[in-house]
Amino acid sequence: MAEGAIRRWLGSDMGLSFRASPVAVASLAVLVLVALSALLAPLIAPQNPYDLKQVFIDKAEIPPIWMRDGEWPFLLGTDPQGRDVLSSILYGTRMSLLIGVAAVAVSMTIGVSIGLAAGFLGGWVDNLLMRIADTVLSIPTLLVAILVSAVARALLPPGLREPFAAVILVASISLTGWVQYARTVRASTMVERRKEYAQAARIIGVSSARIMRRHILPNTLTPVLVAATLNLGLAILAEATLSFLGVGMPITQPSLGALIRIGNQYLFSGVWWLVVFPAVQLGLIVLSVNLLGDWLRDALNPKLN
Amino acid sequence: MSDPIALTVQDAVCLFDVSPPFLDRVLSGARRRVLRAVDGVSFTVRRGRTLGVVGESGCGKSTLARMIVGLQPPTAGTLRLEDMPRADGSLGRPRVQMIFQDPYASLNPRWRVGDIVAEPIRELKLLQDEAAVQARVAQLLETVGLAAADAARFPHAFSGGQRQRISIARALATEADVLVCDEPTSALDVSVQAQILNLMRRLQAELGLTYILISHNLSVVRHMSDDIAIMYLGRFVETGPAEEVFAAPRHPYTRLLLETIPDVQRPNRDRQPLSGEVPSPIDPPPGCPFHPRCPQAETACREARPALEAHGGREVACFLVR
Repeated sequence: MAEGAIRRWLGSDMGLSFRASPVAVASLAVLVLVALSALLAPLIAPQNPYDLKQVFIDKAEIPPIWMRDGEWPFLLGTDPQGRDVLSSILYGTRMSLLIGVAAVAVSMTIGVSIGLAAGFLGGWVDNLLMRIADTVLSIPTLLVAILVSAVARALLPPGLREPFAAVILVASISLTGWVQYARTVRASTMVERRKEYAQAARIIGVSSARIMRRHILPNTLTPVLVAATLNLGLAILAEATLSFLGVGMPITQPSLGALIRIGNQYLFSGVWWLVVFPAVQLGLIVLSVNLLGDWLRDALNPKLN
Repeated sequence: MSDPIALTVQDAVCLFDVSPPFLDRVLSGARRRVLRAVDGVSFTVRRGRTLGVVGESGCGKSTLARMIVGLQPPTAGTLRLEDMPRADGSLGRPRVQMIFQDPYASLNPRWRVGDIVAEPIRELKLLQDEAAVQARVAQLLETVGLAAADAARFPHAFSGGQRQRISIARALATEADVLVCDEPTSALDVSVQAQILNLMRRLQAELGLTYILISHNLSVVRHMSDDIAIMYLGRFVETGPAEEVFAAPRHPYTRLLLETIPDVQRPNRDRQPLSGEVPSPIDPPPGCPFHPRCPQAETACREARPALEAHGGREVACFLVR
């Protein structure tokens, strides 16, 4: 079933364009590999770096395996607490991807709903929603996120801060992230709702809510798909930035950004592998997502076909 | 001859406020501006007949069509659909549907043809049983000259003429009694136009449909219509039985319009071209709105606006027609 669907997709126009683009194929391959290894981290990682029974302090600061003093199974070395860097990266990638995908999903849901309402209802609803969007856009994203994270942390009792760290991050990224989706969807909604098929539905007597959901929404989703892909990279970066600044994930469940922050403290003592490898992984993910998004944007643009 | 009346339109007016935004009006003293798209139109359409509405671009034809189907509420006046007997014998308000000009925009590109045609049946709960809906869709597609198997395909697989057939099938799916056709063939090839028009005539004969046919194509209107109304700047200037109007146009505008039809018999006849543009409906000329373009305009035409008056079997709005 799934195999048949993939085979059919590869034969379609989009599939052909995909196969003709080595960059897109490579990006997708990297992303699939990264996502699979992150999801399967508990099965494939040499150790669970957050299980104290598996971490030994006498294995601290071992360099990567190809260097003198390198030691199996610590392929990319260990940190000053004896945690395996490769394992930390796999677990950290899991956290980064999770937060990135969740942030995109939340901001997309909010943004698409608001954009659809603004574009379809028009008038003062449109004005109100779009002025809110303008206001949100006029405040730097990171500033909002830092503020939200800090306020949420101050409000939550200390025991709840760590379990809710990921939720707070997703919320603070989505708080500004929805605007782009809202604007994209509003623009296409305003075009689609004037089209004759939407008017035909109105003449038949279909309710506005159903016209919005069943006629207009599916016809506005193509640009949303592109925006979502490109924003996944931005969301992962935003999470990494916040974690690097210390308002993101705690040390007990680090994301890639948190790993880089921790590694940064040891950079000048010569333990460079703590910061370089997570940074390379982060760069690889964001680059692949962006390249894939660029390809998707071109592939879905009928004027370029 | 005296079929019952299906639609009565009484002094329908539709104004659009095209004023600049509030802030501009306050700051630069810009005045409110009102576009008189339809400016007092009255007519009746009898059941099973076709009224053709002809006019140049911007004369208010499409706004009139949108008012009849309920997409545009009239600013003033009434549009009343008379109850008519249904298939089951009960009296009911006739259902009005619209056939649009652009067959490429009038079908949702992401829906299968079967779902497009079934939408009114499901939405209006005309049939409860899903199998019955599918059977009805197949029957409708065959009625308009498509295959039942086409229900599984998407609109992009069809040509303009075939899409227009799908639009007609969708309109018929509502058990429509009145079809408002806004330039139904002007986006189609000439060879396909005739097929669609003949399909419309066949359906009218079989189902007793009432048509309001909006067009700028005089040949199409002549081929299809029982009655005809010539529209100019939001008003009717001449109405009457189609053949009479075409045989002996009385309003100067109608005469000039008919002059523009090419004649195969007399290809190089001495034609008087219709000069000038339709004046802006925001700022119509005083008196008769046609006087700036009218070759016979007199002083009276510039001062007062002629009303639509009965002359024999038809009505004409012109001081020169006596």
